[in-house]
Amino acid sequence: MKSDIILAGVGGQGILSIAAVIGAAALENDYHLKQAETHGMSQRGGAVQSHVRISDKQISSDLIPKGKADLILSVEPMESLRYLPFLSEEGYIVTNSTPFKNIPNYPEDEKIIEEIENKKNFVLIDADKLAKEVGNSRASNMVMLGAASPFIDIEYSKLEDGIRAIFAKKGDKVVDLNLKALRAGRDFAKVNK
Amino acid sequence: MQRKLLLGVEAIGEGAVDGGISGVYAYPGTPSTEITEHIQSNKLAIERNIHREWSANEKTAMEAALGMSYAGKRTLVCMKHVGLNVAADAFVNAGITGINGGMVITVADDPSMHSSQNEQDSRFYGKFAMIPILEPSNQQEAYDMTRFGFELSEKTGVPVMMRITTRLAHSRAGVVAAPPVEENELKLPSDPLQFVLLPAIARKRYSMLLDNQSVQLDLSEKSDYNKYVDGEDKSLGIIACGIAYNYLMENYPNGCPFPHIKISQYPAPASAIQKLEEECDEILVLEEGAPLLEELLGDYFGKGIRVNGRLSGSLPRAGELSPDIVAKSLGMPNIEGEAIPELMANRPPALCQGCGHQDMYVALNEALEVYGKGRVFSDIGCYTLGALPPYSSINTCVDMGASITMAKGASDAGLVPSVSVIGDSTFTHSGITGLLDAVNEKSSITVIISDNESVSMTGGQDSSAVGKIEDICKGVGVDPAHIHVLYPHKKNHQQMVDVIKEELAHDGVSVIIPRRECIQRAARIRRAARKN
Repeated sequence: MKSDIILAGVGGQGILSIAAVIGAAALENDYHLKQAETHGMSQRGGAVQSHVRISDKQISSDLIPKGKADLILSVEPMESLRYLPFLSEEGYIVTNSTPFKNIPNYPEDEKIIEEIENKKNFVLIDADKLAKEVGNSRASNMVMLGAASPFIDIEYSKLEDGIRAIFAKKGDKVVDLNLKALRAGRDFAKVNK
Repeated sequence: MQRKLLLGVEAIGEGAVDGGISGVYAYPGTPSTEITEHIQSNKLAIERNIHREWSANEKTAMEAALGMSYAGKRTLVCMKHVGLNVAADAFVNAGITGINGGMVITVADDPSMHSSQNEQDSRFYGKFAMIPILEPSNQQEAYDMTRFGFELSEKTGVPVMMRITTRLAHSRAGVVAAPPVEENELKLPSDPLQFVLLPAIARKRYSMLLDNQSVQLDLSEKSDYNKYVDGEDKSLGIIACGIAYNYLMENYPNGCPFPHIKISQYPAPASAIQKLEEECDEILVLEEGAPLLEELLGDYFGKGIRVNGRLSGSLPRAGELSPDIVAKSLGMPNIEGEAIPELMANRPPALCQGCGHQDMYVALNEALEVYGKGRVFSDIGCYTLGALPPYSSINTCVDMGASITMAKGASDAGLVPSVSVIGDSTFTHSGITGLLDAVNEKSSITVIISDNESVSMTGGQDSSAVGKIEDICKGVGVDPAHIHVLYPHKKNHQQMVDVIKEELAHDGVSVIIPRRECIQRAARIRRAARKN
């Protein structure tokens, strides 16, 4: 078993909360995990990425080699394309369709969507909208993780346990909301992959 | 066994606390910051109430740590690579004084300059100071070797450098901790003159350090952290240092066919390297950083065994390694993956919307219009992003504190007015002495201390400047009539422009302090308050 995942987004979008849940789930399963993050300057609105590697065997490199990622999970559409060299031939792109525009030369929305729709395996999801529907737009990252969950080699219930572990301090309401968001994303991906 | 998911830096913090430190000393700097932050929130560290406050800069941190070691206690000091330049005087001399309580100096290098102005390799400093260097390859080793570092320091009698790079610093993995040890007792050095580097004593201490080299080498040769692994194919021998070892293993999941040495403790194990040279046709050195070992082993006259690495062109001369780069150096097929579409736009880091630095730069640009571009000397911090559009306000960023001194030098040369833009914490880190120079010579400079009451670029740590800046400036001798505190905000734009214009026209030292709390820090504090 192994899943090599690239998380992508813009500094401040909170991709590390997704990584934290995957990490907790992997630990729960007694899997090996390595997760390289971006700290520092790029966190100020720059492009950020995290390499998450899960395996039942020892993992050597903190970085995923090119052409080996099973999944690019992006919380922003343009950012889902930035790491294409890492995606394996059978790999999936799962991305939020809501753009984050903090630069003047952001490409046209339609062209980005077109690029994504040209890929072999993708799930394009309006996570912000789905998160609002379940009760809070701030849960959009868990919608994204839910949408990616069919392509991650971890039991769904372990991801739920991961959410319980990570959000426990914030109270039952927050845990429930994020569980709902996870489910909403997963249901969407199952129909739209 | 319970595993904790820890960043490499957190593993070092955890290892230091469990290794019995009585204090950590540090100034924030990516990628080293979270070592100290982890200790600040560590349960045992709080219970033992060990020292865990931020220092004003890396030099004060290094010296305070040396003082703690003098008193017999174990201590950790942490910084980013360029921080070691600041602390270098204390660092090099600590090798000569030696230690009393165990001292580990963690330096986090940033190859590829993700968040830095250069990518120097701190192993050169360790070699220069002639102290042992540890270079862990993974998070578990980061924990274990930190603990081991204190034992090694006390065994050899010198400080030990723990050298990591960004990738290990900011990557998480499961770490198994061991039971913590007690702190050392307070105990004075047995030789009351050990730390007195008067020439006669310094010569003696230096000679002891030279003799110590063979002890360090011997320990390195026997270290479990260095290993020679034989391989059937002797056409190549590989030396992999620190995390470069991971990239080697990533490319040979079923075992490397070539004899190879993993190096995580220096001085480099000479007999293992000798054996590799004897057994193999040529050598490939994989180093994360600069070609330290490659240069050491390379044959200047080209008559000996071929040594490949970053100098020979087998690996890129600059930047961090990756599994792909290492694969290429091993002659494996190059996998490029799918190309990035052309429509992609870069997303450079930028000042946060609503940040006070933005208002400061808009006002400064307007005030400087009559003088033209090219006269703003700046410094290290979020405000360095003022170099980029839409502001394009600043012309220099060199090292902590250089804004004031470079503005002074340019003013001495006749560039009047010269402007310095420096942050609050950078000012107390290394700006004060430069300001004193300018005051003593009545230099014509305008110093803007853009005060957001926080060390923001590294995540909003407490700034040692809070509540002190005006008094410091007055104390250094700046005329109070030329010290102004402003509130940087759109609504105050005209007032800011007027004040800056007025001070640009003043022939002497002026200090303008636009002060508004970092919006990220303010938001964090609000969130924390909501939680409680």
